[in-house]
Amino acid sequence: MKLTDSEQAMLDGRQGKARQKAMELLVRYGEALGAERFVDTDNVAGVPGSSTPYLENYYQDAGARYDVIFSRFDLDSDEVVEVPRAVVHTCHLQGGVDPDNWQVLGAKPEAARVSRESEVAAAAHDVRILKTCTPYLAGNVPAFGEHCAWMESSAVVYCNSVLGARTNTEGRESTSAAMLTGKIPDFGLHRDESRLGTHRIDVEIEVESIMDWGMLGYFVGEVVGERIPVLTGRLSVPEIVRYKHFGAAAASSGGVEMYHLVGVTPEASTLAQAFGPKHPLETLRYGKAEQRRTYETLNLNGRDTDVDYVMLGCPHAALEQLREVCTLLEGKRISSKANLWIFTSRAVKQVADRDGLTKVIRDAGGVLLTDTCSAIGQALPPGTKVAALDSAKQVHYLPAMMGIQAWFGTTRDCIKAALTGRWEGEAP
Amino acid sequence: MSSDTVVLRGRKVVGGCTEGEALVTHQTISGWGGVDPMTGTVVETRHELRGVSFKDKVLVFPGAKGSSGWSAVFHFARLAGAAPKAMLFNEMTTKVALGAVVMRVPSVTDFDRDPLTVIETGDWVKVDADKGVVEVRKAAARKDS
Repeated sequence: MKLTDSEQAMLDGRQGKARQKAMELLVRYGEALGAERFVDTDNVAGVPGSSTPYLENYYQDAGARYDVIFSRFDLDSDEVVEVPRAVVHTCHLQGGVDPDNWQVLGAKPEAARVSRESEVAAAAHDVRILKTCTPYLAGNVPAFGEHCAWMESSAVVYCNSVLGARTNTEGRESTSAAMLTGKIPDFGLHRDESRLGTHRIDVEIEVESIMDWGMLGYFVGEVVGERIPVLTGRLSVPEIVRYKHFGAAAASSGGVEMYHLVGVTPEASTLAQAFGPKHPLETLRYGKAEQRRTYETLNLNGRDTDVDYVMLGCPHAALEQLREVCTLLEGKRISSKANLWIFTSRAVKQVADRDGLTKVIRDAGGVLLTDTCSAIGQALPPGTKVAALDSAKQVHYLPAMMGIQAWFGTTRDCIKAALTGRWEGEAP
Repeated sequence: MSSDTVVLRGRKVVGGCTEGEALVTHQTISGWGGVDPMTGTVVETRHELRGVSFKDKVLVFPGAKGSSGWSAVFHFARLAGAAPKAMLFNEMTTKVALGAVVMRVPSVTDFDRDPLTVIETGDWVKVDADKGVVEVRKAAARKDS
């Protein structure tokens, strides 16, 4: 790594021990990547110093708890250092516990306490506590071309593809180090040549609903892995929610961090711009057969049609999605055999509370929760055996992590399952 | 060195020397949501290693996929004593680089030959990550000797 004078000063400890440890970690990371320099960033999204009972118990070192967890885990330092405030704009992504509804989630009081204390400490270090996987729906919308250091694969793919800002999929340790230095390795998607398309996907069918976009994303991730798909063909212009579900799915079945929709996304006015001087490594088609196969894959973990849990809000629900759910729920009650949990950000819930949406959900027997989701919080209603989900990403993770069955369908299919306790979703 | 030994050369990701039994997968690995960090067991539905632990193995795989929690999950595996002994992989990404760094295990990439076509599960593998040299002793040959 070639360091600037100010970077070298941090590494030499001339700006304090914590920045030294952060720079040491970033240099180890940059060398592992084969990067040669850093870029400056003023937009970090991570989970700095976030604690759990496991970490509290693991690190018995003396010192303020936030300093201990941040030093030992986030900075991977063998020594505890005093952590200064963030030097660049930094926000906290999703966490494990809704502070107002931890009992609903079945969290232990200890977990709720540790989460609350590390949140207070993070805020005191100038971290904005957004507590969501959708920072772009909660006030952090980077500008075109802006260098960011973001975690959360579904937010990363949105940041690069929809906004044209630049971030790799960072991790907890690299974002926490970036928070104290304003630096991140100049690698991958920070560089022009790495943002060009690699695979061409010809979309031959209508892709309309959120479920349709989720299936397309899941298919694309499976076929391109970590590469950059360029989608062309019969594409309508998606809006925020469809982008959110498409990207989240592609980042789960594969490792898609960037995609182009020709004529739609900001770095792909034309097919030629999307690929630059490169030729597609492969051209694939997405037609009825591919869609059908993807639907079947996403429903591999569904067997019993008695549904006892419906989870929506992966990634965290946008206001428009809560409105749709309320339209379907208004004046009805969910089945006594089923639970309905909907997850969103604190910012969206504030609006939902005042708009009366939270009340509609509550009156129907559901709960609107924040900060987390069933996969992140590893939280299910007691006795859950069969879930219904409208997110390809959540279907990818939840059955594997929690050992339950799951069905995948439209938001309408899921709400119907909540009302009747039965799965009646059908292949498109 | 016997004729049953194959040598691969690559680039150091994280330095150090170790040896152990290979665990090979031709599928990329998810960290968060794909691995139980307390036991090092792969849990992803439809993964060919589902139910198998990489603890104390030399993990040979194409690369990382999925959640940005990759590094944190492998970091937790180190704390829980369930980390692999070494990692050998093809596709460099930020997930696998940061994961290797915080796991602090010898790791090598950019090989002169694809390790997935040379190394099989059960082979004995010596890793000198500082020099980027990997020696593979085939399991078939070990049984004969």
